[in-house]
Amino acid sequence: MQATLSRRAFVSYATRRKLVPYAYVAPAMALFALLMLYPMIAVFRYSLMDGAIIKRNPTFVGFANYVANFENPVFWQAVGQTLYFTSLSVIFHLAIGMGFALLLNSPLVNPTLRSLLRTLYVLPWLFTAVIIAIIWRLLLDPEGVINAILMALHVVGHKVEWFSSTTTALDALTFVNVWAGYPLYMVSLLAGLQGVPKELYEAAGIDGANAIEKFRFITVPQLTPIIISIALLDFIWTMQVFPLVWTITGGGPIYSTEVMSTYTYKQAFADYDFSMASSSAICILLMSLSATYFYVKHQKAQ
Amino acid sequence: MTKRSRLKSLAPTALTYLGLAVGLVYAGFPILWMLFASLKSNTEIFELPPRLLPRHFTLEAYFTIFADPIKVRFFVNSYLVSGVVTLLTVLIAILSAYAFSRYSFRFKALLNVFVISTQTVPPITLLIPYFGMVVAFRIFDTYYALILTYMVFTLPYAILLMTGYLNTLPKELDEAVLVDGGSSWTALWRVLVPISIPGIVATAVYTFLLAWNEFLFALTLTKSMEMRTVPIGIELLMGQHAYEWNQMMAMSVLGSLPLLVLFLLAQRYFLAGMTAGSVKA
Repeated sequence: MQATLSRRAFVSYATRRKLVPYAYVAPAMALFALLMLYPMIAVFRYSLMDGAIIKRNPTFVGFANYVANFENPVFWQAVGQTLYFTSLSVIFHLAIGMGFALLLNSPLVNPTLRSLLRTLYVLPWLFTAVIIAIIWRLLLDPEGVINAILMALHVVGHKVEWFSSTTTALDALTFVNVWAGYPLYMVSLLAGLQGVPKELYEAAGIDGANAIEKFRFITVPQLTPIIISIALLDFIWTMQVFPLVWTITGGGPIYSTEVMSTYTYKQAFADYDFSMASSSAICILLMSLSATYFYVKHQKAQ
Repeated sequence: MTKRSRLKSLAPTALTYLGLAVGLVYAGFPILWMLFASLKSNTEIFELPPRLLPRHFTLEAYFTIFADPIKVRFFVNSYLVSGVVTLLTVLIAILSAYAFSRYSFRFKALLNVFVISTQTVPPITLLIPYFGMVVAFRIFDTYYALILTYMVFTLPYAILLMTGYLNTLPKELDEAVLVDGGSSWTALWRVLVPISIPGIVATAVYTFLLAWNEFLFALTLTKSMEMRTVPIGIELLMGQHAYEWNQMMAMSVLGSLPLLVLFLLAQRYFLAGMTAGSVKA
């Protein structure tokens, strides 16, 4: 107490004024240091060791864990499937989100109906991944309602095992993820559409542009900044997908839905090989950071 | 009007409404199916031909859940952890947001980039060192483990949302306090916070949603049934009673309820925040 008081007397008003913002950000920055900076360094260190966390004195092995991962065909299968799942998700999120936003923005829809439908269309976004997983496991069960409908319509001739066949599991998972993720695009694009100046469409109408041309030459360019930032964020987050895959298929059958995070999780918490898992985790981090680089650059440009 | 031209003018309206109806089925059918399956008996769920509405309404699944202390505990845990995380996150975010919004200081741009990029770090990358840390701090399988680690993904959003909100308020409001000789602390809590309630509500709702939905950390950093949260509880139920579908659906309904209520209450602020801050799905 004495020390603080005497120090305060020496520190000038101007210096104290300068220190004020640091005091306000201090709690958040302390937490970030503990929960972000330190763990990042730790996970990188683990990835260069053999038997991190488990062994008392783990040995330094350089990039051996990375090499072991790169020589594992399942690692590359997981990378490929992650990119497949992510790219398809982003494309369909954008297409469905854009479709719903355009429908809701149509002048033919009255405002009350618009806000009611907007609320209903946003709902999938509110559900926990595990709940989404369980709903779709029921719907897409071989004995479930979707098979019953598809068979009644003669689209499929037998009960399809959507999640337990190696040929359909990844696409079925992607389908579920599309359902869970389009609302973010819809809400953002709808807000974007409402911000496009009406005069642009009127002027184009006078010049004889049809609806498709208006969309192509006015709507899309006006929305491009929004589309780029959401698609990049969605790409980064979808690449990190875990709960949905873990609860529906757990990466199976026979690695057919293994993604980077389930692959890493199994190394850490099924095999207890935290060093191998850390090297895989660093690979996911690098994939995310490369996309983040573009995201931050894009945000700054705006 | 000729028949043909009337048809032509009706076509866009008809197509728009058809599209909206398809959208409603796509978004709503799975949710309705969950709701009504939770009100069926377990044998009725797979009856053919499938029916959306139950033949015999029953609350049996809900009674079974409320009669099981462990399942009730999942909900208590989720409310407790999410509540405390929300409180701490909002408090710390208000302090940081005030500095970001009202002061210019060295490292500000760097810290800003740091906050933004923190949103994109994969949880699985952090999970491995967190596991080591939580064991070392002797907080494995406790509320503290979840509350502490959840802050890493709630804080960046909360800071961004709050900073965005404070930026919309005129600087003159709080500067008047400073000119009158008041401290920045007074300016923040007596002037800015009371008029920032909408922003704080949006931030709190969003933080609660993130914490409530968390899966990976809860799965790994807790172990005993007494410490499990709702998402993990549902996942365990799926493994244990693979055929108790009506109970799993009832758990899902109960697990979605707080988010639906909060969302409907705070929707106006929330959607604005969602579009402004590009919020995590």
